[in-house]
Amino acid sequence: MTTSLSTREIAGQISERLPDAVIDAAGTAILVNSNSLLDVGAFLKNTPGLDFDYLTTITAVDYYQYFEVVYLFVSMEHNHSLVIKTRCQGRDNLTLPSLVGLWRSADHQEREIYDLMGITFEGHPNMKRIVLWSDFQGHPQRKDFM
Amino acid sequence: MELRTEPFVLNIGPVHPSTHGVFRMRATLDGEVVLDLDPVFGYLHRGIEKLAEERTYGGVIPLTDRLDYVASMTNNLAYVLTVEKLAGISVPERAEYLRVIMSELQRIAAHLVSVGSFFNDCGAYFTPFLYMYRERENICDLFDMVCGQRLLYNYMRIGGVSQDIPDEFMPALKRIIPHIRGRIDEYDQYLKENEILLARTKGVGILPRDLAINIGASGPVLRGSGMKWDIRKADPYSIYNRFEFDIPTGIQGDCYDRYRVRIEEMRQSLRILEQAVAQIPAGEVRADVPHLIRPPVGEAYAHVEAPTGEVGFHVVSDGSIAPYRCHIRAPSLMNLTALRDMIIGWKIQDLIVIFGSFAITMGEVDR
Repeated sequence: MTTSLSTREIAGQISERLPDAVIDAAGTAILVNSNSLLDVGAFLKNTPGLDFDYLTTITAVDYYQYFEVVYLFVSMEHNHSLVIKTRCQGRDNLTLPSLVGLWRSADHQEREIYDLMGITFEGHPNMKRIVLWSDFQGHPQRKDFM
Repeated sequence: MELRTEPFVLNIGPVHPSTHGVFRMRATLDGEVVLDLDPVFGYLHRGIEKLAEERTYGGVIPLTDRLDYVASMTNNLAYVLTVEKLAGISVPERAEYLRVIMSELQRIAAHLVSVGSFFNDCGAYFTPFLYMYRERENICDLFDMVCGQRLLYNYMRIGGVSQDIPDEFMPALKRIIPHIRGRIDEYDQYLKENEILLARTKGVGILPRDLAINIGASGPVLRGSGMKWDIRKADPYSIYNRFEFDIPTGIQGDCYDRYRVRIEEMRQSLRILEQAVAQIPAGEVRADVPHLIRPPVGEAYAHVEAPTGEVGFHVVSDGSIAPYRCHIRAPSLMNLTALRDMIIGWKIQDLIVIFGSFAITMGEVDR
């Protein structure tokens, strides 16, 4: 069985290294500051004992006031998992750091989120639309698209 | 006189017989050698994730059929498991067994298609394919018995399955298990040491293990690279912890290894089927679940080992009758991340073989 690691415990470990990163760790996921997402990612991937080598999936959810992006990490070595969330406030000019440099599985998924939700991932080597054509207007997965 | 060469761009697809659906590759070539590759997606994008937000929880099930349309049963299962996790619904014992039986039959049927079309890509046009389809036909007949459909089954339900199997199902299933096993052995004997196959696939399109993990590969692509990771063992869902089976893996991650893993997986699926047929109890096949369910506010992710890899659903509920957000983790899309790395430097004929060894389905890539 894949074990879900305790969010409080891991949030404590992250806070020791990155004091401003964690916003909330009360639920089943750790909510982190979007500015420190890349550092948190590197910490999760490179810390012995955590070794999150597999980024399973990225989901973006539109909550009108903000967008929440949910990352599900798995360590195949230890068979444990962790959910990290981050938020983008507002609806225009949204940006998040790209995780492609750490996990290339983010490549197509971040492009899809850009295409359908309109969040730009900074540092992505090929940030363009993936399923819609290049001069398409708008981001159809948003709640206010239609 | 000095001859000057220059690279040129060749557009393969979107409707090319070897592209496994409407997929397009823009290949930059120097003679026959591929210098660069740009995969172009989206020709089959139907916005299934968005459509799901406007349907009831039960109404999303037929949409999931249309993801990987050669493996509808496992898509159904991944979705209903997620909703059951979200709403805390438990499933009757007999339904769990039926789900396992259908998933494993589906795995065999999908792998037969993958292997058959892989031989097409290797140049053995339609002879192996025809035989693979002949065996798959037996499984389609079984699915026809249980749900009246041969491709898009819409069989799983939240809390169980849509209906119990008819009386003639079990005798037919018991008959085809040894039949398919014999056929797989026979084809494997013909094909596995075929010199042309070995020359075209051994050492071609190597995906190293670490890269496979980093790009989020799953299913036979990940296992072909030597990683022993199968959701049925790593994070058992339904009742998979009750069955004995092995996880076949490849050695170096070339096209041949991916093909071998699929052949071995079919044999393991037959083992699971035999155990499930022997153990299946009588009883209800569907829990008492209301037609319109309203899961509590929250979110859940559940995944299954589908024939192409890890299919997962991330469903967010706002307490209403429809999902607030329904994200689908599509293994084919993730597996394709490494396509460019694996193809650069190979010849155009190898491009078709390497691409074929992924056995992707565009319905799942584009969604």
